[in-house]
Formats: sequence, structure tokens, C-alpha cells
Amino acid sequence: MSIVTVQLGQCGNQIGHEVFNAICSDVHGTHGLCSKKENESYHDACKERFFREEESEVPVARAVLVDMEPKVISQTLSTAARSGHWKYDDRSYFCQKQGSGNNWANGYSVHGPRHKEVIMDLVQKEAEKCDRLGGFFTIMSMAGGTGSGLGAFVTQCLRDAFPTSFILNHVIWPYGTGEVIVQNYNSVLTLSHLYQSSDALLVHENDVIHKICAQLMNIKQISFRDVNQVIAHQLGSVFQPTYAAEGGLHYSKNPLGDLMETLVPHPEFKMLGLRNIPQMPENSLAYSTFSWPGLIKHLRQMLIANAKMEEGIDWQVRPPRLGSSVPSSHSTNKPLHFNTSIANLVILRGKDTHTVDLGSFRDPSLYTSWLNPQDAFNAWKTPRTFNKYEKSASLVSNSQFLLKPLDNVVGKAWNMFASKAYIHQYTKFGIEEEDFLDSFTALEQVISSYTIL
Amino acid sequence: MTQSVVVQVGQCGNQVGCRFWDLALREHAAVNKKGIYDEALSSFFRNVDTRSGADGPGIYKGKICSLKARALLIDMEEGVVNEILQGPLRDVFDSKQLITDVSGSGNNWAVGHKLYGCQYRENIVEKLRKTAEHCDCLQCFFIIHSMGGGTGSGLGTFVLSLLEDEFPEVYRFVTSVYPSGEDDVITSPYNSVLAMKELNEHADCVLPIENESLFDIVNKIHQMVSSGKLGSTVKQNSVVTSSAGSAKPAQEKPFDAMNNIVANLLLNLTSSARFEGSLNMDLNEISMNLVPFPRLHYLVSSLTPLYTLADVNVPSRRLDQMFSDAFSRDHQLIQADPKHSLYLACALLVRGNVQLSDLRRNIERLKPSLHFVSWNQEGWKTGLCSVPPVGHSHSLLALANNTCIKPTFTELKDRFMKLYKKKAHLHHYLHIDGMEQSCFSEALSSLSDLIEEYNELDATKGGPRTDPPRLKIAL
Repeated sequence: MSIVTVQLGQCGNQIGHEVFNAICSDVHGTHGLCSKKENESYHDACKERFFREEESEVPVARAVLVDMEPKVISQTLSTAARSGHWKYDDRSYFCQKQGSGNNWANGYSVHGPRHKEVIMDLVQKEAEKCDRLGGFFTIMSMAGGTGSGLGAFVTQCLRDAFPTSFILNHVIWPYGTGEVIVQNYNSVLTLSHLYQSSDALLVHENDVIHKICAQLMNIKQISFRDVNQVIAHQLGSVFQPTYAAEGGLHYSKNPLGDLMETLVPHPEFKMLGLRNIPQMPENSLAYSTFSWPGLIKHLRQMLIANAKMEEGIDWQVRPPRLGSSVPSSHSTNKPLHFNTSIANLVILRGKDTHTVDLGSFRDPSLYTSWLNPQDAFNAWKTPRTFNKYEKSASLVSNSQFLLKPLDNVVGKAWNMFASKAYIHQYTKFGIEEEDFLDSFTALEQVISSYTIL
Repeated sequence: MTQSVVVQVGQCGNQVGCRFWDLALREHAAVNKKGIYDEALSSFFRNVDTRSGADGPGIYKGKICSLKARALLIDMEEGVVNEILQGPLRDVFDSKQLITDVSGSGNNWAVGHKLYGCQYRENIVEKLRKTAEHCDCLQCFFIIHSMGGGTGSGLGTFVLSLLEDEFPEVYRFVTSVYPSGEDDVITSPYNSVLAMKELNEHADCVLPIENESLFDIVNKIHQMVSSGKLGSTVKQNSVVTSSAGSAKPAQEKPFDAMNNIVANLLLNLTSSARFEGSLNMDLNEISMNLVPFPRLHYLVSSLTPLYTLADVNVPSRRLDQMFSDAFSRDHQLIQADPKHSLYLACALLVRGNVQLSDLRRNIERLKPSLHFVSWNQEGWKTGLCSVPPVGHSHSLLALANNTCIKPTFTELKDRFMKLYKKKAHLHHYLHIDGMEQSCFSEALSSLSDLIEEYNELDATKGGPRTDPPRLKIAL
């Protein structure tokens, strides 16, 4: 099954480009330390999932590029074509001249309806070129105007036009000390709207990735390109082909569907976080060896202690003891800082994955009580290495990972809203104070739900 | 890609405007090596086929034939505009883009606004429509004028309100040169306050400039360059006051150095809209992020660095110095000290070889020493443009919506009151058709209201922070 990627706004297009780059270079880079047959299966599965063949020899990404101003898209198209390994379809993009001015209302209420037909037409064309459509993957930031506002509108349109398809929104959480002054308003409006039409929101926080670049990747002068490449690596580690079941005969055909099924049992809980280990500069890879027990131990502690990366993990945090008289869903029973999960997915790639013991992730004390531990945890594996890492483990988690960031953003936005600052910029384009209040209410509900896990 | 049109009104407006076009050509010449008319050029210039006068071949990808500025030059006396048309920039302006008269406005806002406004209204509208028609997607009007005189102040603000009526969806950015305390035009307080009302009501963003600040910057550079304190030589074309490398001949006129600073301000402001970068900052984003309430749209600006040294290696300490300087009072283009007042919002537009991490590091470093309003504690808007200005490897433009601008307004009001209480020179204004006493009292109350809004914000500074209670959800 194939996934159609929709890249929205400057951020969405810049990241999307790096994602296809990462996937392509993974496939071409090495033979993946596995058998030739295995490698070919991997290659074919990946190709079908993300690319299509055209008369040109180079595979074409299954993607639609959308932006309200032309500079980024034209750069993205030309840089991809120059790589020589893959390219975008030259006609599969839509752009305008003026941009959205960081204004969510402009993106959602003005650009959205105005350009709906043309954009959905492009998506339809791309969807029709899939033998079987596995769903949509949208990439956007929350802080600006196009990715956030137009992105929310497009997601709604996707839901209306493809009611049974899976929609996964990849959302970039902006730096805490802003890039955009009204980013908290834009974020609140985006998240509340996406929650209604999307199946799940997979989040990357700029602050976290920045730290990874600084501390793990040792990059001295970090640029957005560096940040985007780390994000692309993490996404690739989730979406490259894997076997869904132990001893499976063929690569999983329906990654988005499988993801939703394992991780989103209830529509109130859609916020997914992503962790990947190990993460290091490429030139150090040759000198490092890892053991699976070590990697799994670190990954599990990252989950429990809500650590953002493999350095600085708080090893003091422990899951609560089961069998105590107070039911484990009562929040006072939990030790401080313990991150409660609803469901988790671990993805293992590389050497000896069949030997890995994941029992520690099945520990019921990690989870809320309302799912069986067998259902709450899943693992996907492949013996084929990813992107030159001999062993690589990723965790996609529906847990309290994003509770604090969400609470922060809503808090700051509410603070600004109380003074009515900038509201005139939104009402100018048709988003009224009641719309803001609806969004705040919806998100306070989500926060509350995640808090009492 | 969008286009912008510059409307330069009055002597000051046209002199600054002239420097702007000169330096804009210099900037594009440095970047555009192949002589191809590209999208960046089209934001301020048309590509005209000189034979037919119509727009030239293959816009984008076609060779440059003849570049014409997207500009309207307005002055009620001929001297300044004539000089421009006889100078090296004469081919850049279309003779149809001019509106001139003979006798000037006599430093009288009423003459500029009511008399000439009425007289030239249709002519102005027609010429504006023409320039707009040549634009694929017109995003912004830049008005350049001074506040103290008659034409720039009166007719300039008339054009502003005209733009709002005729082109309501296009942004209006106004660069206004405010008179200093020792201004030799006696009636400049009247002209300025009458103009302020128009700016309050019709402008999207105002960039106030004070001659004193420009003068101080020019002096500072002069001292640094001539004192020989600098180890190596200064790159001439990098100096923010210099016209080196532009069309202008070496003999510079006295105001040229100061006007070059303003020209550079406008170039930096529009750089991210014209050139690519990893985090673009368009003009509509500036208005969106820096104007929290409709009338508080006055932005204090600063440019750094003022010059570059000839040696190329820039250790990161120099880079950090650039960020620190942007907040120091002697780099601001008005007499104000933003560091000791209250920030409502701040934008940093970085050009050239500066990475995201440098920007973030400096924001973290400088934040603790700045006071931000309680509902916008982390209110930064940032932009990264890859193309540096001519002669620099990197530069920074800081735009602040800050209460430090209040003294400029209160002093203006005081000078106005000194004259108004005695009704001095009032008859020159009142005998103009359409002018009444109420124009003065309304303008005064508009200014007073604005000052009061800044006062209220200042009152919150340093006070205890009580966050409003969050919504409670029933479980």
C-alpha cells in the first residue's frame, strides 16, 4: 500500500524533502547487512510505499507540495531533482504569491476555501496513482500561517473526501522562545481543529531536536537543515518497511493502519511522541558498538522518565508498584514525573533483532489499566539495518510525553488571549473570539484526559 | 512573489527615496550576476522594453532590458525631483510617475493635505492605479516622508488615506522622519501632530526616524573610520552610510550619509521577502506579529553592524556583539532606549551567514536583560535570510514595538501645546479651505489617547505577574 505525503508551508516542504532524501539514501546506501533477497524485498516495499515509477528512470515521490508563496517550493523541487536519485512530480504542487502572514485565520478561512478545489484535485491525482492507498501523511508546523491554518483546512478536506483512509499529521512544535510571536494562538487553533479530523498527531519539538543536534550530534552551528535531517532520520526509522508479526513472510503492507490500530484505541488520545536510539554523528558510527539489552534498557527508561534523548535520563524514576490497594489509575498513586502510557510501539532494525527481549516493555505497571498489556504494546522488526546504524530502536508512544508542552502552549496562549492582544488580526479574517474559546475548551479537555491517566 | 510600490513625498521623502533606489540597484547588481530579470528584482522594478515602453519580454528568465522603479515621486516644488531626473538615476524613473508643482507647501500641513490633496487627488489615484496594474501581486505600499514640513507631512498623509480607500487590502508601511527639538521650521509641531492623527488611523506600520539619531550614527562611523583605531581598513561599500559602489558620484551631499541609513533600513526590511532563506519573514508577517493592537503600530528600528572590517574571519564574539548592539540606544534610529522600557514585541531579521543556533543563543543571552509585557513574555519574531547586504557577511535588523517611543510623542505634544496655547501661526492653517479648529483639537486628542495607551502598558511593567485562571473542565 502507498502513502501520499502532503507537504504544507515552508516547514512542511523543507522537512518533507529531507524525509524523502533520508529514505532514498537508506535504500541506496548499503545492502543493509542482510541477505540480497531481504534487501530487495525491503527496497521494493519502500519503493511502493513512497515512490512511483515514471518514464524517467528516477523514482518520483508520492507527494503534493503546497505553500502560499513560491520561494520554498521552487527550491525544494530543484534541489530534489539535482540529487539524481529521486525527484518530485513537477506538476504536483500548488503555490500562490503572498504567503499567509503567520496568520492562522488567513490560512484557514481565506486560502483554504479559495484554493480547496485545486489542492484536492492534486491530492486526488496522486491518490489515484496508488495501486492501493494506505493513507495520508501531512507535514506542517503549528507556528506559522500556511502549514498551520491551511494545513488544518486541508486535513478536514482530506477527511471529507476520503472518509475511510488513515490520516496521520506530522506536527512541528515550535521553539518555546518563539520563532513567531503569535505561535501559541496558531498552535491552539491548529491542534483543536486537527483533533477533529485527524487519526493521530505525531509530534516533533524543535527544542528537543535542537538539543539532540547540539549534544548528541555535536553540531556546532546548527541550522534548520540539521534539525530537519534529524527529524527525517527519526521518521524514516518508523516508516521504512518492517515485519509486523514475528516470523512474518512479507513486509507489512499497511503501516499507517497498523500504527493507528496499535496506538490509538480511543479518539480522545491522539498525541504521539517519538524517540529514537542511538543518535550520533555519522563519522562516529564506525567506532561505536551497541548491545540490544543496553539500547532497550535506555529506551524503556526514556519512556518512563519522559526523557527527550538518551543523555541526561533520570534513572531514579520508577513505575508504581502494582497490587497496591489504590487502583493504579488514581493519579496520586503515581510517583512524580512518571510517564504513564496508553500504548507503545517499538521498532527494531538491524543485526540480531530476533534475539531481543522486549518483556520490560510489557510490564503492566507502565500502562493505564484499561487495555490488556498484550494489546497495549507492539513491536515491529526487520533484520535490515537503517541508515548505516547497525542497530536502531525507535519508540512511538501514546503517553503523557506531550502533556507538559501542550499545557505550556495553552497556558501562554490563554495568557495572551486574556489581554486580547493580536485578536484583531484574526477577526479581520473571520476567526472570532468564540472560535478561540472553542479551541481552548477542546484542548483543556485533552489536557485533562491525559493528566488523569 | 509579491511587488511593492514606493511613494516618496516631499523634499525629504524624495531625497531618501533616491538613495533607496540607488542602493537597491547596487544590492541587486551584487546578487544578480547573470543580468536576468528574476523574481527578486521584480519586487521593486519593472523590466521595460525601451522601444515600446511596455513591459519587456519573458518576465523571469528574460534578460534585463531597462529597469524601471515601481515608484511615485510627488513634490509640490520642482527642485528636488528635477535634480533626481538629471542625475545618474534618471533612467530608472518613468516620467509618467511624477507629480510636481511649482510653489511648494510653505511648511504648512493644511496646504499639503487640504489644498494640494484636493487639487491632485484624481491625478494621484490615476498614477497609483497605473503602477498597481503593472504588478502581478501588489503586497505593500511604502511611503517615505517627513513629518515636520508641508508637502511630505500634509500631502504625504493625504496619499496615505487615499491608499486605504483605493487599495484597502494592500499593506501601508510608512517611514516617517520626525523633527528634532531644534528644528528650524517653527510650525513643525503643528505639522507633525496633524500628520500623527493620519498615521494613527490609516497606517499599518510606522517606522519613525529622527534626524538626531541618524546624525549621531554618521558621526560615530566617521570617528571610527578616521581615528585609525581599527586595525585594518573598513570596507567602504559596507558602511551603512556609504554610497560606494552605487550610481552616485563621489561628491556626496550632506544628507546623503544619513539618508543611506534609512535606505538600508528599507532594503533590510524587504530582504526576506525578496531573497530566499531557511526561515522567511514576509512583510505581512511583520505587521501580524508586531502589532498587537491596531493603534500601537509604531516600530523602533536598529541596524547592525554599521560597517565591516576588511578581514573576513568573524569569530562568534563579533557576531554576538552584533546582537548586543541592536539593543543599545546608540544604534536605534530614534532617540530612545528600548532596553529600559517595555517590549510589546520584537522582531529580528538576520541576513547572511548566521545560523539558527547563533540566533537562538543570542536570544537566550539577551532575554534576561529585557522587559517584556506580561502577556508576551517570549514574544520574538525571527527571520533568516541567506543573502547578506552588500559588503557584509551578515547583518541584523531589529524592529521593536516598545514603550520607549512614548517620550518622542510626549515631547511632540509639548512643543505643539507651546504654540497652540498662544494660537501662534494658527491663522496660516485656518484660512485654508477645509481646515477648522476642530482639526487641531481632534489631532491633539488622537495623540493624547495614543500616549495614554502607552502609559497604561508602562504601568504594568515590573508589577506582580498574575496569570489569568485557566478554564476548568468538568470531568
